[in-house]
Amino acid sequence: MSRTGSLRRSFLPRLSPALPLYLFTLVFVLGPLVYMLALSFMHREGAWGVAAEFTLRNYQRIGIPEFAGTFVQSILLSLISTVMVIILGYPFGYFMARLDKRWRSRVMLLLIIPFWTSSLMRLYGWIIMFRANGPLDILLMGLHITREPMRLLYSYPAVVTGMIYALLPFMIYPVYASAEKLDRELVEAARDLGASPIRAFLTVSLPLTMPGLFSGVVLTFVPSMGLFFIADILGGNKVVLVGNLIHEQLMKAHDWPFAAALSVVLMVMTSIFIYLYRRLSRTLGGSGELEGLV
Amino acid sequence: MNKQGFLKKGYVAVILVLMYVPILIVIIYSFNTSRLSSAWSGFSLRWYGELFRDRALFNALRNSLVLSLSSSSLAAIIGTLGAVGTERTADARSLRARTGKILEYLSLLPIMIPEIILGMVLLVFFSLLALPLGMFTLIIAHTCFCIPYVYMVVKARLAGLDKSYVEAAKDLGAGDWRAFYDITLPLILPAIVSGMLIAFAMSFDDVIVSVFVTGPDTNTLPIRIFSQIKTGVTPKTNALCTLLFAATVILCLASAALGKSRSNNRGI
Repeated sequence: MSRTGSLRRSFLPRLSPALPLYLFTLVFVLGPLVYMLALSFMHREGAWGVAAEFTLRNYQRIGIPEFAGTFVQSILLSLISTVMVIILGYPFGYFMARLDKRWRSRVMLLLIIPFWTSSLMRLYGWIIMFRANGPLDILLMGLHITREPMRLLYSYPAVVTGMIYALLPFMIYPVYASAEKLDRELVEAARDLGASPIRAFLTVSLPLTMPGLFSGVVLTFVPSMGLFFIADILGGNKVVLVGNLIHEQLMKAHDWPFAAALSVVLMVMTSIFIYLYRRLSRTLGGSGELEGLV
Repeated sequence: MNKQGFLKKGYVAVILVLMYVPILIVIIYSFNTSRLSSAWSGFSLRWYGELFRDRALFNALRNSLVLSLSSSSLAAIIGTLGAVGTERTADARSLRARTGKILEYLSLLPIMIPEIILGMVLLVFFSLLALPLGMFTLIIAHTCFCIPYVYMVVKARLAGLDKSYVEAAKDLGAGDWRAFYDITLPLILPAIVSGMLIAFAMSFDDVIVSVFVTGPDTNTLPIRIFSQIKTGVTPKTNALCTLLFAATVILCLASAALGKSRSNNRGI
């Protein structure tokens, strides 16, 4: 950038091209977030109204077992889904990075297609599959593995399956991105020095692909807390998550201040999680930015 | 090594097949004669016929297209300008640069926080402003989460750009605007397009945010499918999903073919 040019112009206030972005962010991101925070300290009045008097009641309400339990169940379900997604997705991303170039781009295309396919359609396929006497039952009973319909639809395992399925690509991409950058010669050097394949993986490959793995964990764990429609569609009303609770309080109970308090707590939890990720990523020599997001 | 390589390829193949199973099931059942979609009772195209007679569905499709096109275009403009503007102050330590950094972080928040929070805060905010819910609020809400995709892709491209082109243009007497229009813009255009495509796809598929900020008369396709799934499905939904899937495949293949023809451009 030419210094003299900007010096000459600095007498006039120079409008940054980023101005629309800043304005949009102030009005439609910061504004609503601040209002949500304020709303969470107000209370409900009448059927739809909100009274602007300071109260901590909404936060106290989150503490009662019914709602606290929902938070615990949500975190648990997100943890289970995230761990399963790591177990299934990490090897995929890692192996994919080691395919030869032509196959890599083919696999990438095959991954992109379901990722770009309507997520509702993909969930809907699971509904048909899990239905009593649906394809899965026919297959399992045909193979004499089970004797009667499994009644998987509207169960916990159905919700976990749906979550894993929806979140898997968000683990595969970042792992692939960091495994692709991995210098193969380092692994070969470890092997030449007598390390077993497993040891070479654990001491060389795994630490070097950690940034991708962490990034994948953030990208799966954070959204998993809010995916209320998966629990809705595949879990009936048996599995209630924080997301379902917020949705219900907003759209059915019309208790907006309470919904705001729930969201604030959820937001604080996710922020702590992202903060920890940044710290951890920086101490490991990463940039702290999420990898392979786009 | 060979056996190991086989195992690895096998693993990748198995997971890929599993990913397509639910999609294939929907496609197969869209040709089912029976109204009760759990039992197979013969091949028929009748649901496709009924699909084309469903006006409400076509309204929803039109709404979805209008929504995704406007919000991804808006995001392309705001996001690209934002990326160009913050690139200049990237290394500066002034107060202005720091405020910029904070604002930049805030503008990325819509895709860092769970989507449900974005939907919720926008709903209560729109009602505070007494904005009637409908297409307008949908477009604003979708633009919120579309901007970060464009911004990040364009910013990554700008970071990898050789600054000397712009400097050369300026040495030859081009102003800021001219240098941007003639040099920078053509170089970052592929990134803008790919960011916009991702934003379009995200917007076209969105359920969570839309459920909160849509009005009673503005159905989008995902909202319609969502309520159909919840209230009992007709196989028409399968037929609709199958057609959408066909469109997706065609688009993906086309963009892959395009990518191949200018293979030095990275990005999905």
